[in-house]
Amino acid sequence: MASRTVAKDIITLRGSAAIVSEFFGYAANSILYNRGVYPEESFAKVKKYGLPMLLTQDEGVKSFIANLTAQLSEWLEAGQLQRVVLVIMSKATNEVLERWNFSIETDSEVVEKGVSKEKSDKEIMREIQAIMRQIASSITYLPCLDEPCVFDVLAYTDKDVAVPFTWIESDPKLIANPQMVKLHSFDTKIHKVDTLVSYKNDEWDEQ
Amino acid sequence: MDAGSRYNTSSRRPFSDHKLQRISSRENLDRFIPNRSAMDFDFAQYMLMGGKVEKENQAPCSPSREAYRKQLAEIFNMNRTRILAFKNKPPPSVHTTCQNSLSPLHQSKPNNKRRRYIPQSSERTLDAPDLQDDFYLNLLDWGSNNIFAIALGNSVYLWDYTNSSTSEIVATDDDNGPVTSIKWAPDGRHLAIGLNNSHVQMWDSSANRKLRTLKDVHGSRVGSLDWNSQILTTGGMDSMIINNDVRIRSHVVGSYRGHSGEVCGLKWSASGQQLASGGNDNLLHIWDSSRASTNSATEWLHRLVDHTAAVKALSWCPFQCNVLASGGGAGDRCIKFWNTVTGACLNSVNTGSQVCCLLWNRHERELLSSHGFDHNQLTLWKYPSMVKITELVGHTSRVLFMAQSPDGCTVASAAADETLRLWNVFGTPELAKTAPKTKTEPFVNFARIR
Repeated sequence: MASRTVAKDIITLRGSAAIVSEFFGYAANSILYNRGVYPEESFAKVKKYGLPMLLTQDEGVKSFIANLTAQLSEWLEAGQLQRVVLVIMSKATNEVLERWNFSIETDSEVVEKGVSKEKSDKEIMREIQAIMRQIASSITYLPCLDEPCVFDVLAYTDKDVAVPFTWIESDPKLIANPQMVKLHSFDTKIHKVDTLVSYKNDEWDEQ
Repeated sequence: MDAGSRYNTSSRRPFSDHKLQRISSRENLDRFIPNRSAMDFDFAQYMLMGGKVEKENQAPCSPSREAYRKQLAEIFNMNRTRILAFKNKPPPSVHTTCQNSLSPLHQSKPNNKRRRYIPQSSERTLDAPDLQDDFYLNLLDWGSNNIFAIALGNSVYLWDYTNSSTSEIVATDDDNGPVTSIKWAPDGRHLAIGLNNSHVQMWDSSANRKLRTLKDVHGSRVGSLDWNSQILTTGGMDSMIINNDVRIRSHVVGSYRGHSGEVCGLKWSASGQQLASGGNDNLLHIWDSSRASTNSATEWLHRLVDHTAAVKALSWCPFQCNVLASGGGAGDRCIKFWNTVTGACLNSVNTGSQVCCLLWNRHERELLSSHGFDHNQLTLWKYPSMVKITELVGHTSRVLFMAQSPDGCTVASAAADETLRLWNVFGTPELAKTAPKTKTEPFVNFARIR
């Protein structure tokens, strides 16, 4: 976040995009760890947002997430990103089991006119910390993923975005009749990120 | 508790579990059931009809209709966002793919992996009188026939793990000195025995009969042996490594020269392409099997000089075919990991005690090491993080030798306190039902993909 240098409380579009895309990187890692998509031992602990966060050491996953956050920050700077969804699917059947939905509202004035806003770094970090805590505690109510899973990330962008070379259009991978839990949100005054997790209804409850 | 029969029943499991799987996951049924709520019928209708409606209505197009059409287009099309995903999907977890190969079992017991209970005490303790307290020897091996062989003084004893019966092969007398190394052939029937007088004997364990003696192989005692299908590789105190084809009369078919001290560790990789050798000269060599010849054989693939004491403990990683773990003696105390293709040292961990032996868990990414002074423990490490999972204590002197059961679950350790202990450290046989009985690599598919 190189651009937040002048004064602590001034935030530029660039800085905001960096914060948000970095947040996605850590959030994705945290979800993959907490939901057991990859084995525990493939993660290493680092300190971030005042919390111990886990980062994958698997080279394939690492580069996937690095490519993702790089592309996301580009779109965030252009104000073209509306939503990012991390989908967890059954490896065997490809059935979507969980959708981690991060909706993004961008202040269009900032994108168009290039003004900067005021919000302290500390405050943003505190908001992100709250989301991270919620992600970590989500295992208490989310149904147990007792089969091998894979994940994918969907980016909802404006219609006029040129599809980058490495991306393809995808279906929304919705869950039929899902349960939803809304988590905290954070706001950089430029990008507002709302977090919501939807998951497959546990069939056992209905029977 | 008969481990052998337990192993057999578990290998039959796939049939019974197949049914179970179908019942538990209805999504697996092969009938296609469209999911209406996930489809967007309004949009589909618009996309299908849109063009046609436009053409028909061109002439009598009223402004209100036009406005309606525009609005419709906006709602359904313009406002729709683009949903993008990477073309390259993230790699599925290798761990879960392993689980997948065990899937019938793991779907019924999903949490068994995480909660594997590791008994802290040995399952059995056996006496091993007259076991040589010599770091440079290799006196314990567990064959694919589930019989382990231990050399005690001048004799070799066989202990059948399935029925606990023992038998003795008298190998030599005091003149020819004690047995200095033993190794089962991959067929689990033939046993190679290296002696202090530089001879190597071949025994047929089922007939309890000596088949042949290889003489004039080395100039002094033979402390290490390993098989590569029909080739018996011997390492001697004379710092030579010799390849012997045991089927032919002039059995010496190749040699590797490069050590300047006693060769105490010898291990062929599972593919049989590479040989790792460790010596009392603190060197670790990686040799290419195709480059061995009787004429010029000083050419090693890699000469690794990082250890600062004798390298006896060697173990090839069963799930990454080019990774070797090596452990150094009392002056070094390090476990090091090597990429044997490039010769790069991947990791080094100081264990604080001499490393006598190393074994990989074939079912989990774990490594077991045995140590000497001052706890004489076995340490189980998580790989690659090298976090200690547990330490098993019980031996009262350095744990010189270890061997792994053919199902990969039980480990036998022999220590200078003249006891042999069996540990259930690598999981229970039920869990490890796909454990191969032969020497084939369990994860060979993955190694190829990478």
